[in-house]
Amino acid sequence: MANPNGIGASVRRREDQRFLTGRGNYTDDFKRLNMTHAVHVRSPYAHARIMGIDFTDALAMPGVVAVLTGADMEADKVGSLPCGWQIHSKDGSPMKEPPHYPLARDRVRYVGDAVAVVIAETREQARDAAEMVVVDYEEMPAVGSSTRAIAGGAPLVHDDAPDNVCYDWHLGDKAAVDAAFANAAHVAKIDLVNQRLVPNAMEPRAAMGEYDQSTGEYTLTTTSQNPHVTRLLMGAFVLGIPEHKLRVVAPDVGGGFGSKIFHYGEEAVVTWAARKVGRPVKWTADRSESFLTDAHGRDHVSHAELAMDADGNFLALRVSTLANLGAYLSTFAPSIPTYLYATLLAGQYKTPAIYAEVKAVFTNTSPVDAYRGAGRPEACYLIERLVDVAAGVMGMDKTEIRRRNFVPKEAMPYQTPVALQYDTGDFAKNLDIALPLVDYPGFQQRRAESKARGKLRGIGFATYIEACGIAPSNVAGALGARAGLYECAEVRFHPTGSVTVFTGSHSHGQGHETTFAQIVADRFGIPIENVEIVHGDTNKIPFGMGTYGSRSLAVGGSALVKAMDKVERKAKKIAAHMLEAAETDIEVKEGRFTVAGTDKSLGIGDIALQAYVPHNFPLDELEPGLDEQAFYDPKNFTYPNGCHVCEVEIDPDTGVTTIVSFAAVDDFGNVINPLIVEGQVHGGLVQGIGQALYENCVYDEESGQLVTGSYMDYCMPRADDVPSFTVRYHEDQPCTHNPLGVKGCGEAGTIGAAAAVMNAVVDALSEYGVTHMDMPATPEKVWRTIRDAAPAPAMAAE
Amino acid sequence: MYAFTYQRPTTLADAAAAIQAEDAKLLGGGQTLLPTLKQRFARPTDLIDLGAIPELKGIREADGGLEIGAFTRHAEVAHSDLVKRVIPSLASLAEGIGDRQVRNMGTMGGSIANADPSADYPSAVVALKATVTTDRRTITGDDFFTGMFETALEPGEIVKSVRFSRPDKAAYAKFRNPASRYAIVGVFVARFGAEVRVAVTGAAGSVFRAEAFETALAADFRAEALNGLSVEADGLNADIHASADYRAHLVTVMAKRAVEAAG
Ligand SMILES: Cc1cc2nc3c(=O)[nH]c(=O)nc-3n(C[C@H](O)[C@H](O)[C@H](O)COP(=O)(O)OP(=O)(O)OC[C@H]3O[C@@H](n4cnc5c(N)ncnc54)[C@H](O)[C@@H]3O)c2cc1C
Repeated sequence: MANPNGIGASVRRREDQRFLTGRGNYTDDFKRLNMTHAVHVRSPYAHARIMGIDFTDALAMPGVVAVLTGADMEADKVGSLPCGWQIHSKDGSPMKEPPHYPLARDRVRYVGDAVAVVIAETREQARDAAEMVVVDYEEMPAVGSSTRAIAGGAPLVHDDAPDNVCYDWHLGDKAAVDAAFANAAHVAKIDLVNQRLVPNAMEPRAAMGEYDQSTGEYTLTTTSQNPHVTRLLMGAFVLGIPEHKLRVVAPDVGGGFGSKIFHYGEEAVVTWAARKVGRPVKWTADRSESFLTDAHGRDHVSHAELAMDADGNFLALRVSTLANLGAYLSTFAPSIPTYLYATLLAGQYKTPAIYAEVKAVFTNTSPVDAYRGAGRPEACYLIERLVDVAAGVMGMDKTEIRRRNFVPKEAMPYQTPVALQYDTGDFAKNLDIALPLVDYPGFQQRRAESKARGKLRGIGFATYIEACGIAPSNVAGALGARAGLYECAEVRFHPTGSVTVFTGSHSHGQGHETTFAQIVADRFGIPIENVEIVHGDTNKIPFGMGTYGSRSLAVGGSALVKAMDKVERKAKKIAAHMLEAAETDIEVKEGRFTVAGTDKSLGIGDIALQAYVPHNFPLDELEPGLDEQAFYDPKNFTYPNGCHVCEVEIDPDTGVTTIVSFAAVDDFGNVINPLIVEGQVHGGLVQGIGQALYENCVYDEESGQLVTGSYMDYCMPRADDVPSFTVRYHEDQPCTHNPLGVKGCGEAGTIGAAAAVMNAVVDALSEYGVTHMDMPATPEKVWRTIRDAAPAPAMAAE
Repeated sequence: MYAFTYQRPTTLADAAAAIQAEDAKLLGGGQTLLPTLKQRFARPTDLIDLGAIPELKGIREADGGLEIGAFTRHAEVAHSDLVKRVIPSLASLAEGIGDRQVRNMGTMGGSIANADPSADYPSAVVALKATVTTDRRTITGDDFFTGMFETALEPGEIVKSVRFSRPDKAAYAKFRNPASRYAIVGVFVARFGAEVRVAVTGAAGSVFRAEAFETALAADFRAEALNGLSVEADGLNADIHASADYRAHLVTVMAKRAVEAAG
């Protein structure tokens, strides 16, 4: 009988018991003897020269242990926070990579840039003293947006980055695209902004540094999505601590959405300060600090054009994007608007020629980096909005123009003109499943009914494809990643048959402790309770590249399978010995090792015991023990894809948009746990809807002040803002190159949703001649658009 | 938060004495005050918690209307059978304040004493011809709100209760700020015989009465009576969520909806 908690079962998340009963262990929950508290002194200016720092009064405040500044770090030869990716500009020159010190040295470059840290007995004492630190700033003109950054004569964020440009990059065959445009029958064009977002993980960032004088070992406990990479970057580049003397622990982490992938200055500060003050040092961001200093997401300004023939076949796509990277390069920042964005511009379409230019600029704003979807939502939004405009130009149905241009299933594997090779996907099938779910033929009637009530109804489609399972290391290396992006797993059978799995993936909401255990339980036919998943500790786990880019299952799960293969191979040898049979005669099924054609068999538990108590064991051939480790480097990216359909109703009197229905049809390859997959889709959809209708990170262009620095002004979507979702997936197109056939589901919802919602909003407003609206579609923006539309069509009289 | 001395008097007299201390502050449900303290925007020496004073609590029928103690939580008003029977529009206004946590903590006295321009209750106080009783005197609702975050209260004066008149018909229509869920515009329409009151919150620095609307509705209590009427956008609030002309527009829309809801 199949394992009730095996692959494909909707097992409830085992970790939720501790989360829901308040027993999770988050970084801020850890307390150490003699622990001190750090509070950062942060710049109130977007751009200023530091003329001096006077902390005499602060040092004299009660409970203050130390006040440390960039000068102290410089004296200790603390390095700059490294960037993990390098991009080369069109002309072959490397991107501009200005230093990014954990504590600013002579200049601050965004509101929230740290200039000093106060360490005290309590957090409140540290805060009191931080207010007494007097920083003499000489304010400088600031650049609060990407468009201002490239305007002639704009102030320079970094003196050695002329015109504030980090890189000016391109991808694709420009000549082919130009030629196709020259012969096009029709061209659709769009200008759009993909606005900046604040990630808003529920748990703010936190870090605790410890130093053990007797061993010389440092420990950093931190809110990280990838502790090993933090150890590598901080140890090797910032603090000069060798790996064997640095332990990084990422315990329970309350969400990240990308913002906790990166190595942040505060981590280096507390680790370094722990040694300086001889005591553990903890820092926990408050929500205002999270708004100011978490790496933000998106922030693109783009122009795109699509060339078509007379029948609406796509001939070529031309895209030019201005990407805001913020004041400094965060760990992954340069890769997001390039390798995770431009390479996805083919979308689900067989557009034969694509050319994309991306100019990335520095501004006096918080660094911008990966945020759920990371580049792919920007690509999807651009393509899908443009395709809707194209449908308008052609006078074609929005589903028909898509269907006509889909890469057909038969064309798989399909080489896109922008570097990627899709392995599988049946895009027409996604659409075929979606259309009945939303009763597409009935839409016109629903629209008429809405109109009779004085409301405007719209339907929006978005198809998406993403590159996940990051990443084949050789490809990543060729692209400029400074690390490989494989994953590691260790499977340790204990003498009595229970299992501990050590994975380099990190769970901060994804449910690894359940899904990874299901995979093991399934493979060895053991109860899920007998499997423990350990993650997030560099002293326990051999190595890891962490969790982001929907990579955990596709890459980490594959490493787990490889390690299980090794366990099984060894167990088989042991079983052959114990059963006195030839290894080739042993058949293995769900942890049962049987001599073919007999009823002689052993369970994996019997074998594990023998492996650790090797009284009847092939000791001359095998080592005792049953503990195997594997690294898995993916052969290709994985390509989750799907079709999202949103229906909205707009109240023209107030401009309020209500989402009436939302259906998501996804192809994630094989699904391990449908319940968790559905949860991931739901969360992702809400984030995408959040971008479409509510969220907007606003900086004042001139002063660089963050205008939306709290939840009073930054609007997060809430449960009552969204409808009950219709979520479907199919498993017809499993990934062809990883052992589980999985593609990943963590980001999909976010990638498709924003485009689907905005296409629906624009559709609802189409009778006013509206062809595009930038996000978020706030009530006032919608109302104003309707009011300013001329001539207004006859509405149901009020 | 800066350190302060916490006091929890059990009588109004003790509270009135305690608040005389320099830089002391009254604490209601803490939904405005505590975030302010956490952000270190205020530095009181003493916090006088009003939560243990029986005289400040309770909802009673009085003169055909309602008298509601200052330390009555929004959720209590929202769920009170008495309020739902006598002035249902007031219960539904309370149900629309902030979110569940805010409603379970925030109090009527704290809300009106704070006089946030986008708070909901001020519209009810004005539209329902309320009188505010303090530990010193009685103030009419019309005189209570004097400006943005300003009231007729003297330093240290404690709101004891608010007495609302019972309208023949009334409703409150709110256009929420999607982020904070305060009112971008809230319009309370109440009809007492031939008299109609239309009180607008959120739109300006302080709650105000839309007199032209009142006149029109007194003559014809239907939404259509407001066709063509609007308030002047000049001087209305403007922020990243709503400009002044959008707010002006919403005042008419919400007023019509309130009239429709009042029936
Ligand atoms: C997230 C959020 C959303 C909110 N949304 C809304 C909303 O939609 N609509 C709305 O109207 N409000 C909203 N509020 C405000 C909420 O209703 C508060 O309860 C209210 O503003 C203050 O009431 P309080 O009892 O919490 O007072 P406190 O915060 O304790 O005190 C506020 C002020 O009133 C003074 N005070 C308190 N009680 C008295 C008294 N009896 N006499 C004299 N002075 C007194 C205090 O000294 C202080 O200055 C929201 C608040 C939050 C945090």
